[in-house]
Amino acid sequence: MEFSYNWDWSVLLCTVEDVEIGCIAPYFYWIVEGFGWTIAVASAAWVIAFSWGSFIGILRTLEAPIWLVVPFLKPSMKYKSSVIETGNGAVMINIGWFLHGFATVYVTIFRNIPLLVQMFLWYFVLPEVVSKEAGMWLKREMPLPEYWTAVACLGLYTASRVGEAVRAGINSITQGQHYAAMAIGLTRVQVYRCVLLPVAYRIIIPPLTSDFLGIFKNSSLALTIGVLELTAMTRQIDEYSYQTFEAFTAATVLYILVTAIVMFAMRIVEGRVAIPGMISLGAK
Amino acid sequence: MPETENTTPSVESSPGVGMIQMEVVSKWYGNFQVLVNCSTKVDKGEVVVICGPSGSGKSTLIKVINGLEPFQEGVVTFDGTSVGDAATNLPMLRSRIGMVFQSFELFPHITITDNINLAQLKVLGRDENEATNRSMALLERVGLMDQKDKFPAQLSGGQQQRVAIARGLAMDPAAMLFDEPTSALDPEMINEVLDVMTELANDGMTMMVVTHEMGFAKRVADRVIFMDEGRIEEDCTKDEFFGGERGDRAQEFLSKILTH
Amino acid sequence: MEGSFDFAIILKSVPYLAEGMVLTFQLTFLGIAGGIFFGTLLALCRLSPFAPLSFVAGSYVNFFRSMPLILVIFWFYFLVPFIVGHPVGGFWSVTLAFIMFEAAYYCEIMRAGIQSVTLGQVYAGQALGLTYRQNMQYIVLPQAFRNMIPILLTQAIVLFQDTSLVYVVGLGDFLVHADIVANRDNRLMEMFTTVAIVYFIICLLGTFYIRRLQRKLANA
Repeated sequence: MEFSYNWDWSVLLCTVEDVEIGCIAPYFYWIVEGFGWTIAVASAAWVIAFSWGSFIGILRTLEAPIWLVVPFLKPSMKYKSSVIETGNGAVMINIGWFLHGFATVYVTIFRNIPLLVQMFLWYFVLPEVVSKEAGMWLKREMPLPEYWTAVACLGLYTASRVGEAVRAGINSITQGQHYAAMAIGLTRVQVYRCVLLPVAYRIIIPPLTSDFLGIFKNSSLALTIGVLELTAMTRQIDEYSYQTFEAFTAATVLYILVTAIVMFAMRIVEGRVAIPGMISLGAK
Repeated sequence: MPETENTTPSVESSPGVGMIQMEVVSKWYGNFQVLVNCSTKVDKGEVVVICGPSGSGKSTLIKVINGLEPFQEGVVTFDGTSVGDAATNLPMLRSRIGMVFQSFELFPHITITDNINLAQLKVLGRDENEATNRSMALLERVGLMDQKDKFPAQLSGGQQQRVAIARGLAMDPAAMLFDEPTSALDPEMINEVLDVMTELANDGMTMMVVTHEMGFAKRVADRVIFMDEGRIEEDCTKDEFFGGERGDRAQEFLSKILTH
Repeated sequence: MEGSFDFAIILKSVPYLAEGMVLTFQLTFLGIAGGIFFGTLLALCRLSPFAPLSFVAGSYVNFFRSMPLILVIFWFYFLVPFIVGHPVGGFWSVTLAFIMFEAAYYCEIMRAGIQSVTLGQVYAGQALGLTYRQNMQYIVLPQAFRNMIPILLTQAIVLFQDTSLVYVVGLGDFLVHADIVANRDNRLMEMFTTVAIVYFIICLLGTFYIRRLQRKLANA
């Protein structure tokens, strides 16, 4: 290994036109492209994480039964406590415990397996477990297989964290608010939509911000399955030019910049949606 | 309540059948019994005050009436509709019963007007104009017209509680339940809330009020219920209760809260 | 090989996987110990009334919390030999990366821990004539640690999972050893499923332990 290092920041500025005059590759575009993929992975994954995570989090806060109406079914005595006959040929089945349990198991599984291992499960194992045709589709035929696998993996993983945040937010709202919302005649869906969620999401802006930044940083794991995002591109520059630290510095600056911008923006958002007169919405 | 449609046809309040009726209701939290065979009846236009030491189950008792707390045994009916029946549309039932809580429980993220509008729009299906008109009339009535665009946390406790009463009244309820409406208030604000409640009672509203304000009970109540350890120990007219025909426990309770 | 799950390959590679797991645990423990040590020092700096010191500590924390761990691992993996002047081996470079990275997170935990100790305790220590250092060492930090034990341990589980990222520099941890077997024998499904289950069980046991500890601390 060589222990003297020749700094040459100019490599970072290599464009296509420069390739002919000494640059081996257009490193500048590589960085821009890598940065673009990082943003693309992170934002698509966030859509999944936020929506699916919210759903999971809400399920975990449900305590009362959820009735599913099933027509034409004879209830067996065994499950009587969770089955009610409506009298017009249908029965109502309590699926609340099932949904609640599903959400709990989901969070437990996704939080207790390293993200990188999850990435390998989705990319290497899933195509082998499903049918041959489906496996082929996952691996090759679907557009951008590495990209979408990384997006799904990051999204489903982060959903477990978002879910925990949403649950904590809802649970920090007092029982009295639930009662008041129900007492004026709101249905359960309305109680969540009109009262609990608007307050809960305000409370959890800080953890959600940190979850989003988590997805942004974790998008670097996509390099292990071949997505050429920012970190992967800097490694590639390192391999081509041996200007390791210049490339790493460029990536570092970009990561810090985005983090700073997001945090700044979210602080403004937090201020905008703050409820007048309330000093802190935190758990009381 | 002309606007509300009930799933079950409501029985016209005839004498003998109370607006609110409880028959041997029992409730447990795990192994702990919070309500023990409670039976009572509140007629249309009646004002009933419920008192008793803390933990006696009085707050649970009135939460059972609009189904906020489920119960395991007995029957509760409101205006002919059975509360404990799984087929009862509880949100619809609750929309006909106003409720006021100890700690106000206004929704913190929306304005005072929106707090009173919310259920009118979402539950009764009134349009924005109609709802706002009703809300303004009620704010006028509780004397808070100038606060209509503020958020709950910007109001004093007494003001918040008056808004909460207006929120309940906006649904044109058949009855109002009050769960210790003045317990969380600073002393100087208690009267502004009690005045609104007194006026309401004088207008003929059916009311159940959990409170320690014995002055209010003496002035306004038709009947007084005294609870202890989950049981209804006394259920009598105001004159009987304050006239000395009460039992030992009620006597002890009264002397405790009246001497301090 | 297609379709059937080959248990034999897993049994055959147990010693090799165990060897990898040893490295995983080494990284975890060194990361926790070093991370808590430097994290605590950082926390004391952050809470220092001397503004430049608290600014430097704050910048350190923000810097590392903005970076993907993979990039930090790359940085240290390539940079440490240059700074030291001779090869130190991937293990020590990566260990240092974990310590420095985790220190930023442990700093925030310890800061919250120190702030959770009431001011009355600090005054009481001062009133007894303890110096700043004595007050921290005997009064504040022991209580801060105690209050933060569940969170420190939760972070330890996160770190345990994060050590798998040494994959990117090919250090022979649990995952890398499994990966080597998987690719050699073309048994990706068996090996990665096993890896996931083993990580899951260890983390779940850890989570249960923390929950029990929390209950015990809450009752105390």
